[in-house]
Amino acid sequence: MLTKRIIPCLDIKEGRTVKGVNFESIRDAGDPVALASLYAQQGADELVFLDIAATNENRKTFSTLVREIARHINIPFTVGGGISSVEDASLLLEAGADKVSINSAAVRNPQLIDEMAKAFGSQFVVVAIDAKKVGNPWVVHTHGGKKPTDKKLFSWAEEAQQRGAGEILFTSMDHDGTKNGFAIDALSKLNQLLSIPVIASGGAGNMGHFMDVFLLGKADAALAASIFHFGEVPLPELKKYLKDRHISIR
Amino acid sequence: MKVAIIKYNAGNIRSMAFAMERLGIDYSITDHQEEIKKADKVIFPGVGEAKSTMDYLQVHKLDLLIKDLKQPVLGVCLGMQLMCAYSEENDTKCLGIFDETVKQFIPKNAEKVPHMGWNSIALSNSWINASLDETYMYFVHSYYVPVNQHTAAITDYIQPFSAALQKDNFYAVQFHPEKSASVGENVLRSFLNIPA
Repeated sequence: MLTKRIIPCLDIKEGRTVKGVNFESIRDAGDPVALASLYAQQGADELVFLDIAATNENRKTFSTLVREIARHINIPFTVGGGISSVEDASLLLEAGADKVSINSAAVRNPQLIDEMAKAFGSQFVVVAIDAKKVGNPWVVHTHGGKKPTDKKLFSWAEEAQQRGAGEILFTSMDHDGTKNGFAIDALSKLNQLLSIPVIASGGAGNMGHFMDVFLLGKADAALAASIFHFGEVPLPELKKYLKDRHISIR
Repeated sequence: MKVAIIKYNAGNIRSMAFAMERLGIDYSITDHQEEIKKADKVIFPGVGEAKSTMDYLQVHKLDLLIKDLKQPVLGVCLGMQLMCAYSEENDTKCLGIFDETVKQFIPKNAEKVPHMGWNSIALSNSWINASLDETYMYFVHSYYVPVNQHTAAITDYIQPFSAALQKDNFYAVQFHPEKSASVGENVLRSFLNIPA
């Protein structure tokens, strides 16, 4: 049986791991390769690395890091942050990334999803969506959650799927950093709407939240950062907790 | 022992190379005919689309070379699918090492396609080490090889399909052993330990 995936996310700035709570404040949590190896040993199903200070100057530094990660890590990983062209993605694929996630660039130029899916296959293309509830609709934001757009979560996710996205990584900005649980209602609606896997992000605070995101939110995978980095929810305990409660877990 | 990893226009060949490094195996990534023929073991990896990769193999005369190899050959993911006779993906004639048709997953109960993530393999009389029966491997694919007389491991998604194949000196896995943590590395060891 296909299992639900637990995905630690490592935010990277100048080759080091950081975690921005609510996208703003930043704390240093160490060497990405060492942390990633530890998570792989502890049973992480995948890893995500986000270059949060992506600029043209440090693009090369990041691809060197991606190569080091690929050399040492024996589980799949996704990289994202500032990817805005097929050439950017190609550099990361060549360095050993299994998937890339695109966010702002896809909102600006949706055609990029089609181009990347055609060049590398849908399995390589994760479309990351940051959204926030403004009144009733979920409004998509770009630039690390700073800029509201005219796109809405559900229609944008459907469009991304049609254009060839292989997965949707949905971060609820309302839940991110709160540790009060994932955006269950929005996730469950996304799952009904889409035929590609959905990764839930934003709000993980305890083991029960993962139970909810899989059972009620119907997510295929759940992503979290600080609760893993600071040891609040150890991965092996989390996996045992979910297994004991009959969630399909590796 | 020298391993040749076949170089062609498929993605993520680098990951297989890094897996060989982690196992301490001497390897090369090559499309050089003599180098491939002389290798003790050959790995045919790949992520990508069937038609464009088969076209590439034909243009570079790697299609006939792969079929005629005598040493143990391991096809991985797209590599395994290309070893079959035909793929429904863009109506593609493949190498024909396994006389099977590669089919597209059709969801029965709103299952997601691609089949992406960790799923368990069931072994019987397989070249894969028996201790790996019921362990989880990492899969990413939208097309599958049905269960047939050469099936060496079965995985269930939408319906049971071939997670591994074997016929003569040709071995194949649908999952990615190079991305399946330590159990995946054990599958690679099973292959590397096959007597030449």
